[in-house]
Amino acid sequence: MTSLNASLLASSAVMPPPALCFEGVAFSHEDKLLLGPCSFTLDGIGPTLVMGPNGAGKSLLLRLAHGLLSPTEGKIAWSGEGRPRQAMVFQQPVLLRRSAVANLIHALAVNNIPRRVRSKLALDALERFGLSACANKPARVLSGGQQQRLALARAWVLSPQVLFLDEPTSALDPAAIKAVEAAVREFHQRGTRIVMTTHDIHQARRLAGDVLFLSGGKVREHTPAEAFFNTPVSPEAQAFVAGELVE
Amino acid sequence: MENNAFYVALSLLVNLDASLFQIVVLSLQVSLLAVLIAAVLGFPLGAAVALWRFPGRGGVIVVLNALMGLPPVVAGLMVYLLLSRAGPLGELGFLFTPGAMVIAQVVLVLPILAALSRQKVEEMLGEYREQFVSLGMSRGRMMPTLLWDARFALLTVLLAGFGRASAEVGAVMMVGGNIDGVTRVMTTAIVLETGKGNLPLALGLGIVLLTLVMLINAGAYWVGERTRRRAG
Repeated sequence: MTSLNASLLASSAVMPPPALCFEGVAFSHEDKLLLGPCSFTLDGIGPTLVMGPNGAGKSLLLRLAHGLLSPTEGKIAWSGEGRPRQAMVFQQPVLLRRSAVANLIHALAVNNIPRRVRSKLALDALERFGLSACANKPARVLSGGQQQRLALARAWVLSPQVLFLDEPTSALDPAAIKAVEAAVREFHQRGTRIVMTTHDIHQARRLAGDVLFLSGGKVREHTPAEAFFNTPVSPEAQAFVAGELVE
Repeated sequence: MENNAFYVALSLLVNLDASLFQIVVLSLQVSLLAVLIAAVLGFPLGAAVALWRFPGRGGVIVVLNALMGLPPVVAGLMVYLLLSRAGPLGELGFLFTPGAMVIAQVVLVLPILAALSRQKVEEMLGEYREQFVSLGMSRGRMMPTLLWDARFALLTVLLAGFGRASAEVGAVMMVGGNIDGVTRVMTTAIVLETGKGNLPLALGLGIVLLTLVMLINAGAYWVGERTRRRAG
């Protein structure tokens, strides 16, 4: 591990991950309110699992938090100075038409990591995610699970303080899901704040530290995982946990 | 037998006829240089139009698309007016030189490369945009990434540009003048020989031109397929 990565690792291990604060955030498109207004703070150790039925606004909430979209109302703030380093892993990984290792080197290059350490960091990350054998294969001919692991490796090399994952396993088979969940735990152990959406309640039980439950564009509850799964408060969450079809 | 076009073409080729050779080399030099210059200007232009939103962007796209069909004689006329003794660039003494022919072909090819690369890059941007924003890339930084990732599509675009450049006759005739040994290229030579009634030679030249274009396309296809398979 290079000194650069080591120092990043050390700093994130000592410092708690930055807290995320939504203050009256709402998002509407063409006069239709799609999310909010909602207020909450993510300052626990997480991982935070954003749950809710389809169309509840989970992906929208992630995109707002990551800054891919701007809220039409309210304010999104981070603790600490400036905007923390962050990365996002999408449901369908978006990979460049290049080799696996070139995808990571590109991400390092656009983040101004010095040229001489790029290959080393990229190859280390590929090894960590079990992709060493695929380093020189075109990224887009890899299997779905390998592509998602490559997307995670790309996030890893950027040493994000916050990692957003939007339904990262919904298109994968169980073995690939297991690998992704292991990767998420690694990020978590490195001190990265994890904010992840899923509609799979079993996955949430395996990973969640706290749960943010959405339905109909509103945050219905934000509680520690144990409380959410055992004693949900809102009727929507009760129905969801009980396995009913919630709209 | 001597009047058979294929025989004439073949004997010209086999004997490496010096004047034919010169014509072929000049044709390739002019068209390849024109395509190269047009690519250096046109690809970033196309990518920029795809990436940035500015007032009048729709108009720029329409003009670029329309200019793909610019008649070569009109391009020739414009460059002629520009380079003629009385024109704004007349002092350069460029008219009736291969340089003038390159300029005219750049004018013809540039809109094709810019318009088609704009389309390809915009398609690709739709797919990549969120990931790029997530990586914190500026539009300026997205441009080289997009152009490189569109490289296979752009190779085809390049061929379309080369096809236009090597096939046109109007513009190079007007600004080059079809001077024997100086600005005579294959297409202008074919026009001249046909006018003189020397049909076998004209047909022979036509066959050579066609064969060259085929070879270049086949080469590009082969290179493209090989790299595509390697890079996915």
